[in-house]
Amino acid sequence: MQRFREAMEFDSDTPILKMEKLCKNYQLGTVELRVLREIDLTITSGQYVAIMGPSGSGKSTLLNMIGCLDRPTSGDYQLGGQSVSDLNDDQLSMIRGMRIGFIFQSFNLINQLNIVENIQVPMYYQGFTEQESAERARELAEMVGLGHRVDHRPSELSGGQQQRVAIARSLANDPLIILADEPTGNLDSTSGAEILDILNRLHEQGKTLIAVTHDEGIAAGAERVVHLFDGYIDKQEYNKQ
Amino acid sequence: MHRLRSTLTALGIIFGVSSVIAMLAIGEGASRDAQEKIAQLGSQNIIVKTVEPTEDKSALGQQQTLTEYGLTYADADRFRDAIPDVQVIVPNRRLSHQAQYRTRRIQIEVIGTVPWYPEISTVRIRLGRFLSDIDMQYKKGICVVDEKLVNDLFAFDDPIGQSLKIASDYYRVVGVSEEKTSTTASSNIEEKDPTGATKAGANLGGIYIPITTVKNRFGETSMQMSTSSGRMLERIELQEIIVKVFNIDRVLDTRQSVETLLKRYHKKNDYEIIVPLELMRQAKDFQRIFTIVLGSIAAISLLVGGIGIMNIMLATVSERTREIGIRRALGAKKRDIIFQFLSETLILTLSGGVLGIILGSLIPYLVTFYGNMRTVITGSSLTLAFGISAAVGIVFGLYPAYRAANMDPIESLRHE
Repeated sequence: MQRFREAMEFDSDTPILKMEKLCKNYQLGTVELRVLREIDLTITSGQYVAIMGPSGSGKSTLLNMIGCLDRPTSGDYQLGGQSVSDLNDDQLSMIRGMRIGFIFQSFNLINQLNIVENIQVPMYYQGFTEQESAERARELAEMVGLGHRVDHRPSELSGGQQQRVAIARSLANDPLIILADEPTGNLDSTSGAEILDILNRLHEQGKTLIAVTHDEGIAAGAERVVHLFDGYIDKQEYNKQ
Repeated sequence: MHRLRSTLTALGIIFGVSSVIAMLAIGEGASRDAQEKIAQLGSQNIIVKTVEPTEDKSALGQQQTLTEYGLTYADADRFRDAIPDVQVIVPNRRLSHQAQYRTRRIQIEVIGTVPWYPEISTVRIRLGRFLSDIDMQYKKGICVVDEKLVNDLFAFDDPIGQSLKIASDYYRVVGVSEEKTSTTASSNIEEKDPTGATKAGANLGGIYIPITTVKNRFGETSMQMSTSSGRMLERIELQEIIVKVFNIDRVLDTRQSVETLLKRYHKKNDYEIIVPLELMRQAKDFQRIFTIVLGSIAAISLLVGGIGIMNIMLATVSERTREIGIRRALGAKKRDIIFQFLSETLILTLSGGVLGIILGSLIPYLVTFYGNMRTVITGSSLTLAFGISAAVGIVFGLYPAYRAANMDPIESLRHE
């Protein structure tokens, strides 16, 4: 496992994410559903990419693919210069924990844990000591402006605050990619704007961000917008900033 | 988490574990009691006792007023002469009588015996001496009393040298022994002795008098009041003969010889042979069965408790599907999830186990206190109970944990 970790050390010259002819099919009875068809996608370090498309276009599947929650039917996917198409379940768990920071539409905080503990969860699985991870979790909570509420439970916070905790959690293991699934989908416009603000700030700090969204605000803030349609990459736009 | 739910679930384990401990403690106590009582009878001894022949009463009807039965001095002599492995033979008379000291009267058991009685008994002399050959030869009016009688009759007086009165004669106390053992001890275990006379003497104070003195002063005829026929006279020479065998391996063979001899000379079935060694084996067998039965009952209750735990853990797992999905997305491996749920189950069962041990250790005290039964909590039963609760936790926690770990992370994230 140690060697595996070393192999995962990232080389900055290679693109962070590289998909080649990536396909994903689902078997529905006798019908084969082709959800992703030959996706070619390359994302370099520090990019802010929005993935858009109507529902049923394969956005969620692509997101699961990028997040290593699912394995492609065919094609190759390289994350940080390493092919992850053929990894086993434990290795995928490890990649998720170390390289990917998830932000969900419905926040997905664990209600039994308080804010610090929630931020600690990803670090717990990477073998941080309790003290290290608690300290880092506090710093992250501070960073998203919730330093004063670390002992609260998620249910005691507003939606915007919960999403900020989720962002802090996604940064815990300093991942290669921050993967956001409709991060503002459950928020009112004020909180949504706050979240966008934080995401933009992260982008300015050089983080690689991939957001799946319907939100034009996010798309406008992103450098690059990938439009999906029927499992194909329909078109890509680059926003000049 | 769910405090009420966890408590209710743990209750299954608590009761299971405490019943294991309580049952084992009661079983162990009963067994040790029995073993000790039997051991007091002497494992090298064969006890032959006089019993009232049952077929006699109807056959003889009401006309015969004197019934003669039981063991005789001749039997004792025959044992001594004809059986090779005999170390010592002790003939005993046992009578129930009233004894008087100053103004106090109590019912006691008179044991007419021989000076070598201590050889077949575990009863020790505490003060003074036991009966001597001279006492026997001259049919002296002396006695050795046991501690129970001392407590009941003499209270605060020093018994040595005092005289007590039985029937119309006085006996001088020359020694004090430990509390006598009753040969009816066996009846508590096996119900082997339905006859009244000696059984009645079971919790009475005992007094040892030379057998010759007893024969001389009490005679061998006793009167019994019977409701149907008015007076009945019985003549019994000896109430019991205790045969001590040299070697413990020869006990069962010697029993055969004793029985053969008795059969040849006794037409009526007026005797009974008790072999403490056999009783001890029977008691051990009985104890084993008892332990198995109790053990299975306890095991079933633990099984039920374990199923309860599994049930609740499955409910917990499906309730926390989303949490599992979140944890998986954030880097938890399958074994991390297994570990999480298994340790939760273990915490539940082990805390149930600890509470069960506390409760289970209290129950035997209550049983001893209110039920007047001996109980023994052994260290091994505690270890066993704790081990079982841990095992239940692992066995019944494994499946829910495994289910949790194998849920598809994408599905679980979408849950609810």
